[in-house]
Amino acid sequence: MADHVSNERRRQAIYGWILLSPAAILLATFAFYPSLATLWSSLFSRGTRRRPSEFVGGENYSDLFADPVFWKVVTNNLIYAGATIPISIAIALGMALWANSKLPARGFIRTAYFTPTVLPMIAAANLWLFFYTPGLGVLDQIGGLFGLPSVNWLGQPETALWAVIIVTIWKEAGFFMIFYLAALQTIPEDLKEAADIEGASRWTYTRRIVLPLLMPTTLFIAVNALINSVKLIDHLFILTKGGPNDASKLILYYIWEMAFAFFDAPHAAAMTILVLVVLGVVAAVKFTILDKRTHYQ
Amino acid sequence: MSATNPFVHVDNVAKRWNGQLGVENISLSIPRGSFVALLGPSGCGKSTTLRLLSGLELPDEGTIAIDGRDVTNAAPSDRNLSMVFQSYALFPHLNVAENVVFGLKVRRVAAAERREKLHRALEITGLLGYEDRKPGELSGGQRQRVALARAIVANQPLCLMDEPLSNLDAKLRASVRKDIKKLQTDLGITVVYVTHDQTEAMSMADMVVLMKDGHIQQAGPPEELYYRPANTFVAEFVGAPPMALIDGAALPGVGGAARVGLRAENVTVAEPGQGRLSCTVADCEFLGSETFIGLSHPAASGLTVSLPGLRHIPAGEKMEIAFSDKDLHFFDAAGQRLADPAGQPAFTDG
Repeated sequence: MADHVSNERRRQAIYGWILLSPAAILLATFAFYPSLATLWSSLFSRGTRRRPSEFVGGENYSDLFADPVFWKVVTNNLIYAGATIPISIAIALGMALWANSKLPARGFIRTAYFTPTVLPMIAAANLWLFFYTPGLGVLDQIGGLFGLPSVNWLGQPETALWAVIIVTIWKEAGFFMIFYLAALQTIPEDLKEAADIEGASRWTYTRRIVLPLLMPTTLFIAVNALINSVKLIDHLFILTKGGPNDASKLILYYIWEMAFAFFDAPHAAAMTILVLVVLGVVAAVKFTILDKRTHYQ
Repeated sequence: MSATNPFVHVDNVAKRWNGQLGVENISLSIPRGSFVALLGPSGCGKSTTLRLLSGLELPDEGTIAIDGRDVTNAAPSDRNLSMVFQSYALFPHLNVAENVVFGLKVRRVAAAERREKLHRALEITGLLGYEDRKPGELSGGQRQRVALARAIVANQPLCLMDEPLSNLDAKLRASVRKDIKKLQTDLGITVVYVTHDQTEAMSMADMVVLMKDGHIQQAGPPEELYYRPANTFVAEFVGAPPMALIDGAALPGVGGAARVGLRAENVTVAEPGQGRLSCTVADCEFLGSETFIGLSHPAASGLTVSLPGLRHIPAGEKMEIAFSDKDLHFFDAAGQRLADPAGQPAFTDG
């Protein structure tokens, strides 16, 4: 009897491991191993022909902390995240609430909002390059109608980062709207009716019922927006190349530059590890604190 | 309770969707403090009627007055009513207490008064101790009671209920039915209750409104619908088993009636050669204290005889039945009830 039970248990355990293994192998090969390898190489100096690579401990990190460009890039990225995440979420929510109401051309509006999402980022960047071009660009042409002077949006340090931010928001908001639309459709119609009977205004209903019920979606979108704010740099290659004077340079672009333009892999690895640590902390906060305060249906 | 000044007065209301029939010619007078059941098969317009009363739909024609005030086009919250939804419509992210006081909060009732009313509503519905539970952590019956508590907490004089028991199992339904009826009497509120279950309607209501295809077929006390059905639809809808209908031609001596109605409890089995109709047994349905024997006859539908205890009669066996003339209901060719030709209607006898 005991034998039979332990056999059964072993069988269950093997079964479990077999089910786990595809994901485990893929993750190990393409996520865990590269992360560890990156951590490892960030602890060594850059090898040259004359001076081979040697273990330097935290030196690459202290170099970074002493590098003013690194701090400029970190600040840029914080501004970039701080602007794109809340603004794209707010616009997505507003568009979803509007596109979810009973409109005559609802299907058309939804499609129109979603269009930027299906464009590749590179294509979107080229489109906006045309909008921003001084003199010829759409923005300048419209400005010209009102007698405004020509502005080189991408070419001056004060506006370059914000011009990039606007492209990102334009690209992301429609994508996030789809998630909000899907979530709104799962809210039963009779909750609105129950609130109507009680005399709740549209605003009260939205604030007390709709927004809390959308919380899981908001959290999901916020995490995605955060990841994108670190990961989405395609448009920098087209629009500004991080310039002028590093004004629109984001951290991943700097990592790319460090590794493949300056061929300084150890410093790029160190920066990658720092990004991983920050994202890891954010993920931990999300799973431990925010999840507990969110109502999942 | 004067008939000239009813609490809820619905006058000739119609509601259509895209020109299609929703409800038509709905006129109702509901006295204060009564329990009215809107009964009918699905798609008959009973829920639409309730939603018109609530203001969640607005009528295309006619007027609705509540408590002497014309509310035909008033917003739901201006009608001084509460509503229990079929799905309960509880806010899933709010706990029991927050769900119940939601409306009070919206109306800016002071916190102390809110607490007091909440306590009373939870006490009445037996939910004390469940204040902090979310709806997802409650059983179906408890959720139903939260919906009731939310409906009664504001102490509105009119409560609308849209099939509130349809998501409960049969046993629970019977007990909640009693609770709702008691609640209604204790609080002295007027209840309009939509159901497709005639047992609910007959057992709880002071007045049953039976609907079909958007029209009211008959409105009156349960016993009137049972003992004096206005037409063959009512006759066949009310009662379990429903009333059997026999072609007038098959029964000699019933005058001009095209169809004759007969309830199972008035049918007796006769000795061969003594009965008024000769039928074949179609099926037996055992219900514990009695067995319904379904009978088939070429000129009748729904013929049933009730026999005490467990009986098993093989299908196809011949059986003769008898009944007395005073138990018959007469309908014309259009299905409308004819004046009782002789004697009194059954329910005034006893």
